Amino acid sequence: MLASLFGRLNWDSIILVKEFEDPDLQLLITSGAAAAIPLGGIFLVLLLWYLKWWKPLLGWLTSVDHKKIGVMYIIFSVVMLFRGVVEAVLMRTNQAVALNGGFLSSDHFNQLFTTHGTNMIFFVAMPFLIGLINVAVPLQIGARDVAFPKLNSISLGLTGAGGFLITISLLIGQFSTGGWTNYPSYTGKLVNPGPGVDYWITAIGLSGIGSTLTGVNFAVTIYKMRTKGMKFMRMPLFTWTALATSILLIFAMPPLTAACVMLGLDRYLDFHFFTNDQGGNLMNFINLFWMFGHPEVYILILPAFGVMSELSSTFAAKRLYGYTSIVAATMCIAVLAFFVWLHHFFTMGQSTTVNAAFGIATLLISIPTGVKIFDWLATLWGGRIRLNTTPVIYLCGFLVLFVLGGFSGIILANPTLDYQVHNSLFLVAHFHNVIIPGTLFGILAGIHYWFPKMFGFRLMESYGKVTAWLWSIGFVITFMPLYPLGLMGMTRRTVDYTDPAYVPLMLVSGAGSLLLGLAFLFLIITFWRSIVNRKQLVTPIGDPWDGRTLEWWTPCPVPEYNFAVLPEVDSRDAFHTAKERGDAYAPIEKYEDIKIPSNTYFGLIIGILGCGLGFGLVWYMWWMAAGSFLAALATIIVYAFLPEREQVIPAEEVRRVDENWRREARETYGVTRDDEITEANKGLARPDVVPG
Amino acid sequence: MLDSYLQLAVAETFLQPTGPIARAQLDHLNYVVILTCIAIVPALVALPLILFRYRRKKAGDRYRPNWDSNLGLEVAMWGLPIVVIFLMAISLWSITQRLDPYEELGKDPLEIKVIGLDWKWVFLYPEEKVAFVDELIVPVGRPVELEMTSDTVMQSLRISALVGQIYAMPAMTTKLNFIASDAGEARGMNTQFTGRGMWRQKFLVHSVPTDEYQQRIAEARQSPITLNEQTYAILAQQGTAEEAKTPLGITVLEGPLETQGTATVVAERDVPVGQGIAMRLPEPKIFQRVLARYKTGVPMTPETQPGSPSYDPAKASLPPLTAVRMEM
Repeated sequence: MLASLFGRLNWDSIILVKEFEDPDLQLLITSGAAAAIPLGGIFLVLLLWYLKWWKPLLGWLTSVDHKKIGVMYIIFSVVMLFRGVVEAVLMRTNQAVALNGGFLSSDHFNQLFTTHGTNMIFFVAMPFLIGLINVAVPLQIGARDVAFPKLNSISLGLTGAGGFLITISLLIGQFSTGGWTNYPSYTGKLVNPGPGVDYWITAIGLSGIGSTLTGVNFAVTIYKMRTKGMKFMRMPLFTWTALATSILLIFAMPPLTAACVMLGLDRYLDFHFFTNDQGGNLMNFINLFWMFGHPEVYILILPAFGVMSELSSTFAAKRLYGYTSIVAATMCIAVLAFFVWLHHFFTMGQSTTVNAAFGIATLLISIPTGVKIFDWLATLWGGRIRLNTTPVIYLCGFLVLFVLGGFSGIILANPTLDYQVHNSLFLVAHFHNVIIPGTLFGILAGIHYWFPKMFGFRLMESYGKVTAWLWSIGFVITFMPLYPLGLMGMTRRTVDYTDPAYVPLMLVSGAGSLLLGLAFLFLIITFWRSIVNRKQLVTPIGDPWDGRTLEWWTPCPVPEYNFAVLPEVDSRDAFHTAKERGDAYAPIEKYEDIKIPSNTYFGLIIGILGCGLGFGLVWYMWWMAAGSFLAALATIIVYAFLPEREQVIPAEEVRRVDENWRREARETYGVTRDDEITEANKGLARPDVVPG
Repeated sequence: MLDSYLQLAVAETFLQPTGPIARAQLDHLNYVVILTCIAIVPALVALPLILFRYRRKKAGDRYRPNWDSNLGLEVAMWGLPIVVIFLMAISLWSITQRLDPYEELGKDPLEIKVIGLDWKWVFLYPEEKVAFVDELIVPVGRPVELEMTSDTVMQSLRISALVGQIYAMPAMTTKLNFIASDAGEARGMNTQFTGRGMWRQKFLVHSVPTDEYQQRIAEARQSPITLNEQTYAILAQQGTAEEAKTPLGITVLEGPLETQGTATVVAERDVPVGQGIAMRLPEPKIFQRVLARYKTGVPMTPETQPGSPSYDPAKASLPPLTAVRMEM
C-alpha cells in the first residue's frame, strides 16, 4: 500500500533525516542547503501573510502581461543564480585546497558541478534572457502584448516546474552526478539507478518544452505584431537578436526534448537507445544533445549581443554603426549554429575529413562575430561616450573579455588541438569566458538599462558600478588561471588532484571565486538600496537614458496596454527622430478603447501539474505522475473551449493617463546627459549642447 | 635519488612534447595564436583609445552622431577576419589530415589493445602475450597503434606529451596512433568523467629503448599473475588499479616512494605503491570477448555490467566469440 503510494520515496530520501541519523561534516553542507528550502518556504509564507501580499502575488502569477511575466522570469533567475554562485564558490574553494583531497566528498562535488551547470544554463541564463526579451521586445516593436499571452504564461509555468524539480532535489534524494550534459551510459539505468538522473530528465524535459513554446511565441510576435511602419530593417537590434534566438529555440530545443524522452524510455521501460548492449549507442545521445547544445550557445549569446548593440548606440549617443552588417552577422551566426555541433566531440574517432569540415565551419562563425566586435567599436567611434554609467562598464568588460573568449574558442576549433585540451580546464575557462562576459554581462547590463521600464525607477549607479567592476575583476581572477591549468593537463570535473604544480593557480582561482560571490552580494545590495531610495530614482516620463527606440516612448512604469495609441514608425531610431523633430510628446486627438486579455490560471495550473508529473516520475509514484498528466491534458482541453475573456480599458481612461503623461513631459524641463545619473533625471531627455 | 628525479620528470603536457605528433600540435598552437592575434590585437588596442578620445567630456567637434557606415571600413571589417580565417582554415585542413589518429605512423606498428575499466586501463599486448594494468611500455622510435574500447561507461584516453586523446566507448573500438621519439616517462589518463574514482585513473607511459623494452616484456612473461576471465572480472570491479592489487593476491609494499627502490622484495608478487600490474596473457582474445559481451542478444543486467553498483564478478563471465548474434 505504502509502496504504491510513495513509490521508491522513503523517509531516508530526505537529506535532513540522514543528517539527523548520522551526522557528519560532508552532509552538513548539503543539509544546510537542504534546510534552506523548507525554512525559506516558511519564511516566505509568513512574510506574504504579514504583508498581506497573497492577493497581489496571485495577481502576478496569473498575469498574462508580458512585462510582468518578464519580471517573474528575472526574479526566478536571480534566485537560481544565488544557488549557482554558491555552488561555484564551494567548488573553486574546494579545489584551491584539494591537493590530495579537499573538504568536499567526491559524490557531493559531482552533484555540485552537475547542478551548477544545469542550473546556470537552463534556470539562470535562459530565463534571464527570456525575461529581458519579454520585457523589451513587444515594447520595441510597438505591440500591446505578445502574440499568445496565455502560452507565455504556460512557458513560465513549465520553466518554474523545472526549477522546482532541480531545487527540491537538494532536499529529497539527490541530483544527477553526470555533468550538465548527462552522457549515457553513465546515466543509464545499470550504472546510475538512483533518482538523480530522473530529476535531470524531468527538469530539463519540462523546461525544454516551455522554452520551445517561448520560441514559437516570440517568432510569431516579431513576424506579426510589429506596429505600422516597423519594417524588418527598422527593427531595433535587440529585437533582431530575439528573433534569431526564437528561431534557434524552435529548432534546437526539440532534439534535447527527444534525447530526454529517449533516455527516459531507456531508464523506465528498458528501451535500448543509448545502452551499451542490444545495439544501443551512447553517441546518438551525444549527437542529439549537441544538436541542441551548440545552437544553445547562440541562444544564450545573441540576445546579449542585442543588448550590447543597444547600449553602445545609446551610451555613445550615436547611431549604431553598420546596422545592416550586424543584422547579417546575427542571422549568419544563427544559421551556422546548426552546422558545428560535432566540434564538441572531435575525439569520437571519426574520420579526419569530418573533423576538418566541422572545424572549419566553427572557424567561419568567428567571421560574423569578429565583424560585430568591430561594428560596436565603430559605433563608439565618433560618439560621446558616458564612461560614468554602469552599462558602459559592462559593455567595455564585454568587449575586452569576450574577444579573449573567442580567441580560446578558435584554438578549440582546431581538431588537432582539441585532442589535447578537450575535457580539460582550458575548455572550462573558454565557455565561462564567453558565457560570463558575454551572456551574464549582457543580462546584467540589460537589467540595469531596462529596470526603469519594469519598475519605474532607476538602479543606483554607485552600487551598480561597483557590481560591474566586481563581476569583471572576479571573472578575470577566477577563470584566467584555468587556461594555463588546462594546458598543463588538468582535467575538468575533478574533486582533487595530486600534482603540486597546480596549487598556486588553483589558489588564485579560488580567491577570484570569492570576488564573484561578493559581486553577487553587491548585485543584491544594488537592488535593495535602489528599492529603499526609489523615491529619488523615479523616472516617470520614461526616457532616462535618452533612448532611441520605441520602448522609451512610454511612461515608467509602462501601463498595462503599453501604448495609448500604437506609434507609427518612419525610421530606424523612431523615437530619436521624433525627439529631434520636437513632437515626441505632442498631444494626440483620438483615443480608442483598448482590449487586453484577462488574467488566467492556465499557466499556473500547468506549472503545478508539471511539478507533480516530474516528481511522480522521479519517485515512481505512478498515481501522481499519471494523475498530473491527465489533469494537465484535461486543463488544456477545458481552456481550449472556454471563451476568450478580455478586459476593456475605456478610451476616456486611456486619454486621462496619456494626456497627463504628455503634459508632464512638455512642462518638465528635462536633463542633459550630464545630469543623467542624478536625482534630477525624471526620465525626460533634453537635447545636448555639444561643446564646440 | 635518480628514481625520485625521474618521478618528477614525467612529461605531463604537450607543452613538453616527447613525440613528433605532440610537437606538431604545439607548433600548430603557436601558429594559431599568432594568426588570431592579427585579428584581435587591433580591437583590444582600439577600445581604450576610442574610450579616451570619445569620452563625453572631450568629444567636442569630433562628435558625429549620424555617422553609421563607411564602405572602406566595412570591407576592412569583413575582409580582415575572412583573410585570417581563410589562412587558418587551410592549415587546419592540412594538419587535421596529417595528424590522423587512425593513420599508422610507419611499417609494422606495435599493436596494443586497450580496455578502459572503472577506474583503470588494461593494456593488452596480444603478440607478446603480456598485459599491463595502468602501465604502458613502448619502444622508442617504433610506431604504436592503440585499439581501444571500454567495458563500462565512455572514457577518453589522453597521453598529452605524445598524442592527445580519443574516446574509448563500450561495444565500439577506436584507434590512436603515436610514436615516441624521446626516452622517458609521460603521463596518460582518462579525461572523461566516469564517477568518483575518475581522477585516479592515470598511468605512466614508459618510452624505453628496444633492448629495455624486450627485457620488460620478458619480465612480464614471468609474472605470477595471469589475465584470464576470472582475474579480468576482478579488474572490472569499480576501483583503481591500486585497489585491485589485493584481490589479485598482490602484496603492496608500503612506505615512502624514495625507499621503495631499495626495499627488500619479499615475494615475486610484491610491487611498490603506484606501480602498474604486469600479467601474462595466454589467451589473447580477451579484447574481442569484451566487445562480444554487448552483442550476444542477451541484455546486460546490473550484476553483469561493469560499472554498475551491483556488479558481481562471479556472475559476469565473458561470452565466447561464437555467442555473437549481432553485427560487430
